[in-house]
Amino acid sequence: MWQIFHKLGSPKWFFGIAATLMPWLLWVGVAMLAAGIGWGLAFAPQDYLQGNSYRIIFIHVPAAFLAQSVYIMMAVAGLVTLVWRMKLADVFVKAVAPVGAILTFLALFTGAVWGKPTWGTWWIWDARLTSMLILLFLYFGVIALGAAISDEKSSARAVAVLVLVGVVNIPIIKYSVEWWNTLHQPATFKLTEKPSMPPEMWVPLLLSVLGLYLVFGWLACLRMQTEILLREGRTRWVKELIQARGS
Amino acid sequence: MAFDSFGAFIAMEGHGPYVWSCYFVFFVLMGAIAFWSLRQRRFVIAQQRRRMNSTQVRNTSPAGASFTRIEPSQD
Repeated sequence: MWQIFHKLGSPKWFFGIAATLMPWLLWVGVAMLAAGIGWGLAFAPQDYLQGNSYRIIFIHVPAAFLAQSVYIMMAVAGLVTLVWRMKLADVFVKAVAPVGAILTFLALFTGAVWGKPTWGTWWIWDARLTSMLILLFLYFGVIALGAAISDEKSSARAVAVLVLVGVVNIPIIKYSVEWWNTLHQPATFKLTEKPSMPPEMWVPLLLSVLGLYLVFGWLACLRMQTEILLREGRTRWVKELIQARGS
Repeated sequence: MAFDSFGAFIAMEGHGPYVWSCYFVFFVLMGAIAFWSLRQRRFVIAQQRRRMNSTQVRNTSPAGASFTRIEPSQD
């Protein structure tokens, strides 16, 4: 068990695993995303209430879903950084924070554009929208704090603490549509219930959510590789790796 | 197909601009972060190769100056 844990923490081992996984993550993810979006845009039936504007759901829900799960993953990594001082966990947090920020922005943007024809307004200070905006600022905070402290160890610890404090926002986002009576519709997918949509709508949605997860996995591996190369530039295995890559 | 023609697909009964602007921004931003991340990794590798080459050159080049021990007489 401890051996696996040690191996997982080794940047060299991770680098190799990431290189093997990356083509699969990217191409399977892109294929699933394309299938889900294509199906959702052209073949899924129209919503009887919202008309065609609901087709934004096929990118809005994946982006919002990922924005929150990326933050939860970062919080787990932050805990690992604080408890076990695992370097790779901090590499993960620094590598994915900008991706999380972009996903959160996309969720907010697509939501605003969807809100205009559906609710009649781009923005409203409703609980779900406001807590998502706070999530965006949390991501900005993590990026800025990580960049502001040059010492690797103190930066890792400070960022981990910020990420863990901010995790309180996640249940607020999740339950905002239930605790407060808001404009935002309730969750599309729940683990305990069958979706309220017909399968012609939720299957493509599920495809695009899973596809975006895989594409995120690819991005995370790629950005972690860059971060590892930057940090471990003086080690022998990185030098050998760079030499082996040829010109 | 949920639409009768390609024109209807683009127009989406008046919701076209909303739907297509969302998809446009989504693909532009996801493409941008992918492109930027790929370029960053390439940049870091190139930078480290340069640094490695320069240290190699420094290590293999003949010394430009030599130090000879001077032994002043102790008389």
